[in-house]
Amino acid sequence: MSDVGINSTIGEQEARFGDFFALLKPRVMSLVVFTALVGLLAAPVPVHPLIGFAAILFIAIGGGASGALNMWWDADIDAIMRRTRRRPIPAGKVAPADAMALGVALAVLSVTMLALATNLAAGAMLAFTIFFYVVIYSMWLKRATPQNIVIGGAAGAFPPVIGWLAATGTMAVEPWLMFALIFMWTPPHFWALCLFMRSDYDDAGVPMLTVTHGRPATRAHILVYTVLLAALAIGAGFTGIGGPVYLIVSLVLNAAFLAGALRIWRRDEVLAEADNYAVEKRFFRLSLLYLFAHFGAILVEALLRQWGLGGWG
Amino acid sequence: MSFKATHELHRRRLGRNLGLGLVLAAFVALVFGLSMVKIAALIRESAQHEAES
Repeated sequence: MSDVGINSTIGEQEARFGDFFALLKPRVMSLVVFTALVGLLAAPVPVHPLIGFAAILFIAIGGGASGALNMWWDADIDAIMRRTRRRPIPAGKVAPADAMALGVALAVLSVTMLALATNLAAGAMLAFTIFFYVVIYSMWLKRATPQNIVIGGAAGAFPPVIGWLAATGTMAVEPWLMFALIFMWTPPHFWALCLFMRSDYDDAGVPMLTVTHGRPATRAHILVYTVLLAALAIGAGFTGIGGPVYLIVSLVLNAAFLAGALRIWRRDEVLAEADNYAVEKRFFRLSLLYLFAHFGAILVEALLRQWGLGGWG
Repeated sequence: MSFKATHELHRRRLGRNLGLGLVLAAFVALVFGLSMVKIAALIRESAQHEAES
């Protein structure tokens, strides 16, 4: 065997810097960064810009660590699903042990640094969030119950609470309203994805609602959760995080979201397959705009409040 | 005879090492900045405390 032969084999498997970055789920991280930033800026305590930047950075790194540990644990099912089979571990670019080491190292680093840069409460909440996502959701619930998304979705809802804690060091009702918004938004968002990713979860044996209760039941669940979400989102408009701007944004988006959920509920698989799940895909895209616009409106209200405007008083 | 890093393997390792180097440099700069902000806040607090007492 020649040296060139050995090097070629190793070269194909050698991970790039970008492969390690992909382990951190950058797209999920953008949601974490934005919602944590809103939590931090909506808090009634001014934060030094550098401390605020560090807080958001370490919350994002904590989210990334959760992503890496989730990819390490779920590498077997990621290799089966179309949506995930190009991830660094199933693609053979990063060794599972390396992904786990990166996840653990970043988790420890992010929690320690957040606690040092801001306060212990924020660090502890970040540690709990990582634990919740990796152990409660990934290791336990995801493969055990069709309610995996409902309970596990809480992990993605913690960032605004951590952002608020980083700024204030104390708890209040407002960050939990933001938490509730993401918590109620996650099931319809994810179930819409499950509907048009068709056989992915079936093949992987993950007990998604589409697999255990069927597609009509999933469509009904999307509608029920969307109604509950709309009530919560519009109701939040009259609380401390809301105001006229938020309420207008929320009314428009919830009307569109409810209309989308109704359309999904009325359809069956024959109709959905005929247009390649166009309604479900549109609903999924709208769900992304829905969350970003709601948190954007909360941010606008918080910024207006600094000028004596915003809110209801 | 000279050794030349011409293989794809070397390019990937160089990219990874450069990336890691930049991340570490940014981390050091951030910790330095945070230390400055925290120390400045402590100095301000103690100065206020002294002025009040």
